[in-house]
Amino acid sequence: MVRFEAVGLRYGHSGGPEAGPEVLHDITFALPAGVFRWLLGPSGAGKTSLLRLMYLAERPTRGRLAILGTAVEGARRRSLPSLRRRIGVVYQDFRLLPHLSAFDNVALPLRLAGRPEGQIKADVTEMLRWVGLARKLAAPPLELSGGEQQRVAIARAVIARPSLLLADEPTGNLDEVQAERLMQLLKEMNRLGTTVVVASHNDALVGRHPAPALRLDHGRLFSEH
Amino acid sequence: MSGVLLRPAGFDELGLRRALSDRMLPLLVAAMAFLAALSLAGWFGAAALTDQWREGVGSALTVQVPDPNAVAASGETRLHDVLAVLVGTPGIASARALTNEDLTRLLRPWLGSGADKVALPLPGVVAVRLSGASGLDPAPLAARLESAAPGTVMEDHGIWVRRLSVLARSLQACSLLAVVLVAAVAAAVIAVATRAGLAARRQAIEIVHGLGATDGYIAGRFAARATLLAAVGGLAGAIAAMPVLILLADLAAPFSGRPPAAGSVADMITSLPAPLWLALPALPIGAAAIGFLTAQGTVRRWLRRLP
Repeated sequence: MVRFEAVGLRYGHSGGPEAGPEVLHDITFALPAGVFRWLLGPSGAGKTSLLRLMYLAERPTRGRLAILGTAVEGARRRSLPSLRRRIGVVYQDFRLLPHLSAFDNVALPLRLAGRPEGQIKADVTEMLRWVGLARKLAAPPLELSGGEQQRVAIARAVIARPSLLLADEPTGNLDEVQAERLMQLLKEMNRLGTTVVVASHNDALVGRHPAPALRLDHGRLFSEH
Repeated sequence: MSGVLLRPAGFDELGLRRALSDRMLPLLVAAMAFLAALSLAGWFGAAALTDQWREGVGSALTVQVPDPNAVAASGETRLHDVLAVLVGTPGIASARALTNEDLTRLLRPWLGSGADKVALPLPGVVAVRLSGASGLDPAPLAARLESAAPGTVMEDHGIWVRRLSVLARSLQACSLLAVVLVAAVAAAVIAVATRAGLAARRQAIEIVHGLGATDGYIAGRFAARATLLAAVGGLAGAIAAMPVLILLADLAAPFSGRPPAAGSVADMITSLPAPLWLALPALPIGAAAIGFLTAQGTVRRWLRRLP
């Protein structure tokens, strides 16, 4: 499902004069399909960088990386979009499109995948009902609270039934009740068969939902589990 | 198939309706199309004039035979001998002696209606038409005419036509260059507008890219918008150029042998040469093609910076 072998990552043009310091060193681990993993570590440990590698926003500078069975380091650029469509991402800052309604934001992955509009209408309406936003279909993100925006972001991440679901500090902007509700949604997705990785430094939340963890510090993986 | 629609009409996930605004770009493209229309009109105008000169004067010689009715050594009139030489020369399609009535008509602007009564020793005038573009060498012919009827003068209009043709061809080349430059400037304007749009929508593009949009999809969205705006601009420019072109055609009419338009719509339509009527609709189509290709190229090149 996901396999890292001695992966290193540095930002900027690798090898060029602008190359920055390496932010991830010798990361090696494998995730079987259908598991739930916490991704833990202090701020600056490299959690977001590791997730960026997993959702194909970066390519490894060295080492070997396979996502959903595809070797990423040597893959042609044009083969990546179809891979990205099988990965759902909940970003720390939501990254909703401000000029689109909640409905259109959630419908976006399906439209990019070329699904028929009739199916999209049914699926998106159902999904927004599932996350408790049935009455806010037409609202643009700016008219929604932080928690509601977060739920739109979740709905967009899971609408296309991804095989891999990644969340970067998804509870950072939420109060306890909303964070708890979000965790129920993520675990529900995991129960339905999706591989889920959640980066967090909310110890209380992790304590309430015990699961195996990937622990990062200073760009190195300290323990798997 | 109703309901099976990939995207609802007007779905603008990248916010291009504001990022590629419908004000500045069509206006600039309209100005370019206007200039292109003028250049094309110059091209067709020069081409038409060249053709006309070549047909009218280019294939013609004038031969003047002084004292035409005098009897030459052959026993025939001098005019007859000159005609015989001309008819027997390869490369000459026809040789026709002008009648006295013809000559009178030619002289009327200078001598008035009583030209035929003026006792002037008029030469015999032979209008010669050359066949096609055969390279008739005038010097040997002039020598043979001189021996048949001494004092005969041959006037070759070809040299003027050749000079005018070179001038007209140069004008055509300039017009073509102007069209090419205008197209290049239009492409540059569209590229700049597209880059501004990319910069303004960088975040939206990154989000859509992250959700699995292909380069082709994103470039297609920009290209659709740029094509529409460029086509609108091209259409506006072509329409704006039309009254100017009709006015110019009207002013040029006396030089190309057509009567000036009397003011009716039909006259105005026929006052523009037919090729121009075919070229004008090509302007919005060409502008649209430039918009499409430029936006596709610009966006695809820009997208290569994303993983």
